[in-house]
Amino acid sequence: MTTLPTPAASPSPGEQADAAVAAILASALHGGERGTVVDSPPGAGKSTLVVKAARELVVTGERLMIVAQTNSQVDDLVDRLAQADPGLAVGRLHGSDALPGEIAMRHPGVVASTKVADLRELPVVVATAAKWQWVKDTDPWHHAIVDEAYQMRSDALLAVARLFERALFVGDPGQLDPFSIVGTDDWAGLHHDPSQSAVVTLLAHNPGIVPHRLPVSWRLPASAAPLVSDAFYPFTPFRAGTEPGDRLLELGPATPPPPPGLAPSLARAADEVLDVAAESGWGLLELPARLTVRTDPEAVAAVAAVVARLLARGGETRSERGSAPVDAGRIAVGTAHRDQAAAVRGALAALGVTDVTVDTANRLQGREYDVTVVLHPLSGRPDATAFHLETGRLCVLASRHRHACIVVTRAGIPELLDAHPSTEPVQLGVVSKFPDGWEANHAVLEHLRRHRVAAR
Amino acid sequence: MSLLTTLARLEAVRAGVAQPLATVRHRHLAERPFVLVPLAAAGETGAPLAVLLGQDRENPRLLTVPQPLDRDLRFAFLARLGDELLPYLESFGADVELLERSVKDPESGEKTVEVRELCADAPQLVVPNPGAMELLGLVGRSTRFRRTAEDVDPGPYPVPARVPLLGRWLTHLSERSNVPGSSLLLPLTTTLSRHWATGQSSLEDAHLGALLAWIAPPPGERGERAASRAENGRDERGRLLVPPAGPATDPAFDSLLLSPAVTRYDAARAAQDERLTRARAEEIDALLESVLLPVWHQVWQGVDLLRTLPPAAHVVERWESDRWSYTGHRDRVAAGEPPQPLRDDAVTAARKLAQREREQVRLDLEEALDDPLAMAEHRLAGQAFAGEVVEVLPAYDTSGRSPKPRPLVTVRTEDRPHLDPGGEVHRAAGPAAQRAELVQLDAEAGLLTLRLLSGMGRKKEPEPGTVPEAGEQVCFTLFELSARQSAPLPEPEDTPWTHGGPPR
Amino acid sequence: MDHSTHARVDQPLTPLETRLAALRGGAAARNMDARALAALAANPGCDRRAVLDAAGVDKAALATRLGSPATFGQSPFAITRGLVFERRLRAERCAELVALLRTELLPEATAQSPVEVPDLLPSEGPAVRAARTRVALAEATANAAAGRAWTLLDRPLLRLDVAGSTVSLEPDAIVIGPDGRWTVVEIKSFPILDGSADPTKVGAAARQAAVYVLALRTTAAALDAAAATAQIGPGLVHPRPGTGPAARPHPSGASADVPGADVPRAAAHAAADAVGSGLSPADATTPAAPRLPTAVGLPSAATSASAATPGAGAVAAGGTASGGPEAALPAGAAAHASPYAEPVGLAAAVRTTGLLVCPRDFSNVAVAAPLDLRKQLAVTRRQLARMTRIETLLAALPETVRLDEAPEAVDTLAHAYAPECLAACELAFHCRTQARAAGAVEVLGRGVRGELGSLTTVEAALEATAGDGALARAARLREEALAR
Repeated sequence: MTTLPTPAASPSPGEQADAAVAAILASALHGGERGTVVDSPPGAGKSTLVVKAARELVVTGERLMIVAQTNSQVDDLVDRLAQADPGLAVGRLHGSDALPGEIAMRHPGVVASTKVADLRELPVVVATAAKWQWVKDTDPWHHAIVDEAYQMRSDALLAVARLFERALFVGDPGQLDPFSIVGTDDWAGLHHDPSQSAVVTLLAHNPGIVPHRLPVSWRLPASAAPLVSDAFYPFTPFRAGTEPGDRLLELGPATPPPPPGLAPSLARAADEVLDVAAESGWGLLELPARLTVRTDPEAVAAVAAVVARLLARGGETRSERGSAPVDAGRIAVGTAHRDQAAAVRGALAALGVTDVTVDTANRLQGREYDVTVVLHPLSGRPDATAFHLETGRLCVLASRHRHACIVVTRAGIPELLDAHPSTEPVQLGVVSKFPDGWEANHAVLEHLRRHRVAAR
Repeated sequence: MSLLTTLARLEAVRAGVAQPLATVRHRHLAERPFVLVPLAAAGETGAPLAVLLGQDRENPRLLTVPQPLDRDLRFAFLARLGDELLPYLESFGADVELLERSVKDPESGEKTVEVRELCADAPQLVVPNPGAMELLGLVGRSTRFRRTAEDVDPGPYPVPARVPLLGRWLTHLSERSNVPGSSLLLPLTTTLSRHWATGQSSLEDAHLGALLAWIAPPPGERGERAASRAENGRDERGRLLVPPAGPATDPAFDSLLLSPAVTRYDAARAAQDERLTRARAEEIDALLESVLLPVWHQVWQGVDLLRTLPPAAHVVERWESDRWSYTGHRDRVAAGEPPQPLRDDAVTAARKLAQREREQVRLDLEEALDDPLAMAEHRLAGQAFAGEVVEVLPAYDTSGRSPKPRPLVTVRTEDRPHLDPGGEVHRAAGPAAQRAELVQLDAEAGLLTLRLLSGMGRKKEPEPGTVPEAGEQVCFTLFELSARQSAPLPEPEDTPWTHGGPPR
Repeated sequence: MDHSTHARVDQPLTPLETRLAALRGGAAARNMDARALAALAANPGCDRRAVLDAAGVDKAALATRLGSPATFGQSPFAITRGLVFERRLRAERCAELVALLRTELLPEATAQSPVEVPDLLPSEGPAVRAARTRVALAEATANAAAGRAWTLLDRPLLRLDVAGSTVSLEPDAIVIGPDGRWTVVEIKSFPILDGSADPTKVGAAARQAAVYVLALRTTAAALDAAAATAQIGPGLVHPRPGTGPAARPHPSGASADVPGADVPRAAAHAAADAVGSGLSPADATTPAAPRLPTAVGLPSAATSASAATPGAGAVAAGGTASGGPEAALPAGAAAHASPYAEPVGLAAAVRTTGLLVCPRDFSNVAVAAPLDLRKQLAVTRRQLARMTRIETLLAALPETVRLDEAPEAVDTLAHAYAPECLAACELAFHCRTQARAAGAVEVLGRGVRGELGSLTTVEAALEATAGDGALARAARLREEALAR
């Protein structure tokens, strides 16, 4: 059932979210369909839902299998389950060349094995889809939870679906789509196109399943939720769980002198954009327009400068969770390419900054920080390829933060976009993926322009 | 496009002639390939107009449809095409190798030896471009379900008996051509573009005439000029100097020459004048031959160009996969299985995708191992490095019961791999598969110290020749050098509910 | 016929129209046909193409005069085949087309409801035809409301403002169903084979249809305005978005009610920006105004601005109408409105799902497939809004130039050549020659630029191989590999 009781007064975000979760659990446990699908925008409590659903299913006495997409997702999930219920015995099934992470194995209730037979009787077994595909000679589980289901390919679901009778699919439709290294036009338009997302296939074959939606983002602040919702979720809007003013980022004064190696003018610009972002939640540090190679040294230096100044000034975040200092563990840098991430790490190390997460959009999926600094995927580029226009990439980068997001870029991206129009081919019978990347890039930049600081 | 390819294109602009993109030939090329240059009737989906074909470059066979809208003429054409092509395709079926493998009976668990046939060679069709390939696929699609006079219920429009069989073969060949690295059906433009970089864009490379003009321009002429003439040089009557390689004909040719000729043919037929009809058909033949022959020669020129490159080491292995594919289809036809379905069911689609992905990974790996220019791509991307061994220190892992060799090898390289200490690398072109991990990195001096982890035998001391020596050139990659197995998929009849259940 | 529309038709040419007519050398303006629309989508940033298409210049003839004739052309066989297909669809007052549309659009509606195929005066000039189409649309909508009738507009003529100049568009057909909703029908000669079709061709058809939807929205807004003046009121029509199969392909057709968060602060920022960029204060109240050499607003927001400062903002789908379809939106809401939001008023009657009609498999039998146009609409709308105004581009040309007499004058307009142009623009060979002569790396493909960063010429890139960067490393690796 998806219809919720509508109280006379408009419900609070918390009430909306609770009602949604209750409906989801009812559907997963007792619904008429074998599958339940949950669309979750960034930070809407997807992981919390998975843990909650897992515990409720276990309480019914049923054993449960959980499918995630990467080893680090599996480790995270195991960690969360064990934290939520230290008494719960959790099986961590893994491949022989992918040992489970420390974060999962630090809990006494977690048992790891490469063989499903060792774990078969535990209440919960967690593994990647790739590992589950090889599991054989076992009776099916009654219940499964598939996490990050939109990042799972249809053919992977085809290989694991024999292992369970009912399943709860949870994921974020706005993030990066699964892909293939070969052409897949042969199957475009088929319900069971093996290269598309598992959820798309599931819904096409099971028209009775109506996706549930988590309506509130607890991560994104009030300054970010409307933009992210409009730009990336045009037909499934969500709201922020907090009101403007609930989240505060108070920076220390811009008095510490910049370290050697950081140009004073760049440090000033970094301070300025940090002030803008602290106040508004967004900052755009714009370097002069120039076509550059991918690892544009000036843009990399600017990213590093922002991070270095943020750490040097220090400060405090205040939110519904209380106060916390702004430290390296709560900051992340996001890039489009791995070599860019490597260059930023190098520049940060040169400024004496370590321990700040620097990674690509693909690897930042599902992560959360207080402040993020993003090197815009199109910065300095002479061309805009489908890779760079992919909506999911920008969406991931713009939706990891609880307080503020600072984007560093070369000027001139709108003109670049104009020169690289969206002329996507269209396959008959394929449900269009929204929004359009070209248009979303324009929309986000337009918004960011209001928080612009020019660097020279 | 990669930076190395871009660089090659820039060099081609400067030189006025195409530049090599490969040092070896990465596709199988039969000693006597079967060349096929098809033309399609404009406006009609999958309707053939003519084809020039054969294995003898001096004596091509011409088949035409004088009135492409006439279905009887079309099927007569297809029957003749079958007569030409099927004997060639089937001729490889008889000569087989017998291969043994042990299989486990799923019920009893007993192991038995199974003998399988593998055809010793397979057919190879060479066509000008992907468009020709697509046309053959469409012909396959439109003919493989046709009923013939020999069927129990021949239906209202039976076609000649061998036409549906031809359709099944064409379907198989066109299907197989989607598998990366396969060579049963080879499109020439794509194959040439893999081996040469021109001074124009890849879109323009799709024009066979222009592509050849860049790879082998006439003496004294620059590729750019020659390509430009090939694209749109016209004679005084407005006909293209170099006819397009098809399958579409030049619209100007259609309106100036072909259309009037077809009209005359129709008139002769309407008048039931057999002699005149035959004469008119011969006029059409002559016209079509005049635009097909130049392409025919271009295709053979392209084949000659490919032959100037020595075959890459792994080509034989990949050709064996093609032979398996051919053998499998031969067996399905012999077993009387129905024609390939219109669209794949869920399991078949997933299997095909897995196969194509596996073969793509394999192709990339094998090309890198076979060709220093392909490996250079990975080195430039920081995914591989090559250099000279400057020092080898014996070392041992003594943690186990018996010590194992773990020698330290220091390599000097100008490459900049994206590698941190502890990272794993794989030795390319070593005597056996060998893993190593990075122990120490001196980026300034370009020195990487690696600890070899495997591929040295089971004894305390490494087997001779397994550890590189000082002064030796080595190459390591950050990626594994073999494609991973694909995960098992259910049988189609076990398709799960998430994918709509078993196909009906 | 409504005589008030005739009065509008006979308006004298604007100075811009006069100038563009002179550019053509007096020849009749060409409609914005499928190829011109494809060229627009493939290269919206090309000044040369923008001016030629705005003026309706015969680009094929121009290319021939310039000595670089285009190779486009259609075989008589293909033309015949296409004609046969279309003639069959349109025979007996479009009986086959209508039957197809009935099953595709409203299968549950009674097959007995009458079908109107009004005469759209195809032999008249564009102004008359556009006016006639507008009247026919109004009548059809009224008919639908009153008697649940179908109307099929066979080759209507629509007008759309593109970069400040009005172009004529000729969709294959527009159908107005008994539900009062308008659907753009695209008839193409490529086949739908086993349910799928060439994705490149379908994509081009979708972009083309999206332009027609925008033009229809403009027309609808104009009809709204006319109805308001005539005090007939919008009760004339009852479009029902969300009912019937029309809404089926969309997860939720309706736009989100989006909170208009932080508009005041945003406006303040924008105002601060505007001081530096020379934008007028009127634009600055539009938080979304992008910075462009010429002041161009977002379609949604610019309508209010253009009312205050005539000529300051280009209205994407404004055309000759008294306001864009979004005119009724409050300015504040428009600032945050989703680009996928449905318009209000009669413009909402235009479905964002078009219908593609093609031959099925290997036959001549027609089959229809729905085309979700929402992405193409959002993209096209923004592209049109961002285009530099034609007047500005024309400044580069001598005042009295005629391209039939002085074709080389076209070279004073900047081109933005890329190999993709070869498939879409008649002038591509000419521009390619110029790009090659200039040594531009774009001749090797748009993607090449991404690898080369600031190196924009072949010469500069080759010089860089002697340096120390990635190109130099690439050159060393190439040399090493080829030496073996």
